Amino acid sequence: MYRYDQYDHQMLADRIAQFRDQTRRFLEGKLSDAEFLPLRLQNGLYVQRLAPMLRVAIPYGMLSSVQMRKLAFIADQFDKGYGHLTTRQNIQFNWPALADVPDILAHLAEVEMHAIQTSGNCIRNTTTDQFAGVAVDEVEDARAYCEIIRQWSTFHPEFAFLPRKFKIAVCGTRQDQAATQVHDIGLYLLKNKHNEIGFRVLVGGGLGRTPVIGSEIKAFLPQEHLLTYLDAILRVYNREGRRDNKYKARIKILVKETGVSDFRDKVEYEWMLLKDGPLTLTSVEVQRCRAFFHDPHYKSLPSHSNDLEAALNTDVLFSAWYEQNISEHKKPGYAIVTVCVKKTGFAPGDLDSDQMRFIADLSERYSFGEMRITHTQNLVLADVEKSQLYDLWKDLKTRDLEADNLGLLSDMICCPGGDFCSLANAKSIPVAEAIQRRFSVSQMREIGQLSLNISGCMNACGHHHVGNIGILGVDKKGEEYFQISLGGSADHNTALGKIVGPSFSQEEVPAVIEKIVTVYQQHKAYGESFLHTYNRLGMDPFKEALYGIKADEHHTD
Amino acid sequence: MESRQMSTTLIKHGTLVPDTWVLVKSADALENLEKRSGENLIVPLALWLAEQQSIASRQGQTAVWLNSNEIPESIAGYLDRLPLVALNFPEFKDGRPYSSARELRQRWRYQGEIRAVGDVLRDQLFFMKRCGFDAFLLREDQNPDAALTAFHDFQDAYQPGTIQPLPLFRRR
Repeated sequence: MYRYDQYDHQMLADRIAQFRDQTRRFLEGKLSDAEFLPLRLQNGLYVQRLAPMLRVAIPYGMLSSVQMRKLAFIADQFDKGYGHLTTRQNIQFNWPALADVPDILAHLAEVEMHAIQTSGNCIRNTTTDQFAGVAVDEVEDARAYCEIIRQWSTFHPEFAFLPRKFKIAVCGTRQDQAATQVHDIGLYLLKNKHNEIGFRVLVGGGLGRTPVIGSEIKAFLPQEHLLTYLDAILRVYNREGRRDNKYKARIKILVKETGVSDFRDKVEYEWMLLKDGPLTLTSVEVQRCRAFFHDPHYKSLPSHSNDLEAALNTDVLFSAWYEQNISEHKKPGYAIVTVCVKKTGFAPGDLDSDQMRFIADLSERYSFGEMRITHTQNLVLADVEKSQLYDLWKDLKTRDLEADNLGLLSDMICCPGGDFCSLANAKSIPVAEAIQRRFSVSQMREIGQLSLNISGCMNACGHHHVGNIGILGVDKKGEEYFQISLGGSADHNTALGKIVGPSFSQEEVPAVIEKIVTVYQQHKAYGESFLHTYNRLGMDPFKEALYGIKADEHHTD
Repeated sequence: MESRQMSTTLIKHGTLVPDTWVLVKSADALENLEKRSGENLIVPLALWLAEQQSIASRQGQTAVWLNSNEIPESIAGYLDRLPLVALNFPEFKDGRPYSSARELRQRWRYQGEIRAVGDVLRDQLFFMKRCGFDAFLLREDQNPDAALTAFHDFQDAYQPGTIQPLPLFRRR
């Protein structure tokens, strides 16, 4: 993991002193609401429906056991004993007091964490695939580059007041789990024929009310030019992105209105000025950052574990969990474990402080003291010996963390929704729970891999556009309704879901999901996934099942 | 509308200095130039472009200010005789002047004064300075002494900037 040196520590100390002073001036009435707003947002502090919400960055999703225990401490000391994992690999606290926030930041700094630029119209936390460094199919470990981008973007003087928020994802695995194509900038790590590392650069992707898949503007950017090229893109966006309408202010709109080719030319023009300048990455710096993400001290193990085999043969529940939650590791004898934080009856992504401390302990016992947060709001223990999986599972069971629904219907992405968020049109958590309760575990297992994403409003924090089934909360004459879309996907073949028809009331949603699933089960070929079946069948059979008549006779909202 | 700066809190070289320039906010009055004979004026871009002749012949120095939607390229041909370029922040959340300042320094190698005017608040001064601004006309309600300390909010920065031309990774 990356470790801070004296410069990084000093940067945080200065930031906390600055924010303490800003908070004091605000509380004394010397700083107006409007002037304090972007300052607090750039420290991750929202004012929510019930209380302020503090969003803490977990850079590219990596957490140590020490950091996790600190989060548990903050949850207990300053909140109501829990935190919420977000789709940006961050964690949110929903109940801190404004005056406490500088102290919370000081606690975070002790463990090399912060809330810098987790909100506001600036460059946000850079995300990546949660299997970076351990995936079997990796081109290159993205985390070193994420850290390089984190430092470049932290307090970037030119880009602190962009037209709108700005999100970057880096992906070095072949199975993209980072939703890279729906980011303002998406970077795919590549090697050219000389085995040199570089990036395929996509720009202008995004979700929100205008979902767009990013467009390629550079097929291969040699790694040393990463930061100068990002500087050039951001400068074009900062100068030309729309500021007259916040719904048209994201870079995706600029790229669309400018045209991809002209946009690329503008970036190249700026880049010519910056290229080979001081921001050009040195091999020393790349090596320095890569060295932080070296392999832990793996044992040499046989790829087959007799202990594991025995447990799988005797314990059906363990075997079910193993099927669903374990991914292949690049090292023989090791496995990647995803701990699914989506148990029915608990808000998706919520972790209480006991669970946090418990996971921290488990990471030390089983996985070199490190863990990861996924953009699907789960946790990963990335380096577990196969022979210890059964023990780990038994430990997880003692704290309700043994959910074996990873990737299944009930492993939903869900935003905090109207229970917490002042932007939401609708409450998403109760809908998630009602759907989870509609299906039995064995039904879900039979349905198989199916992503269901729920957003409480069109800001799309729950990534509903890229769920195989997407659910969007809408306001219909003051009542909460839900619009259903089908066919979305967030992987290498990113696709945006299509709206199936008129929206449904909260009570209707679970039955609607069941009807959709039934259509799938009636039509699927053996082993065929929901997404594949949908792509083959098209929308019509689903429309018919939901509306009883040909849906084109029906008006959509 | 046109005005002499109401409160003349100008920061330059890390200290408060008297302002020897008058900011002319409106572009529509040629007579401004005549009435202001002998004074040093900062005029809007439209006036600057339209009145080159009278500017050349008037008594007193003349400089130009760009609004946030106006780009440095539009004055590129004049930069060698401009002692000062002011960049206006219509509101502090409008981040375009940061890029304009950097363009002036990087692309056009402008060596003269770059002055921040408009909604200039203490909490943005450090960013402005690192982008190449070297004079700051504070909004009138700002506490000048507090503003002076804002330049020292951070001891260092990751990115290259005018205070330190090398990024941190080339120095650590």
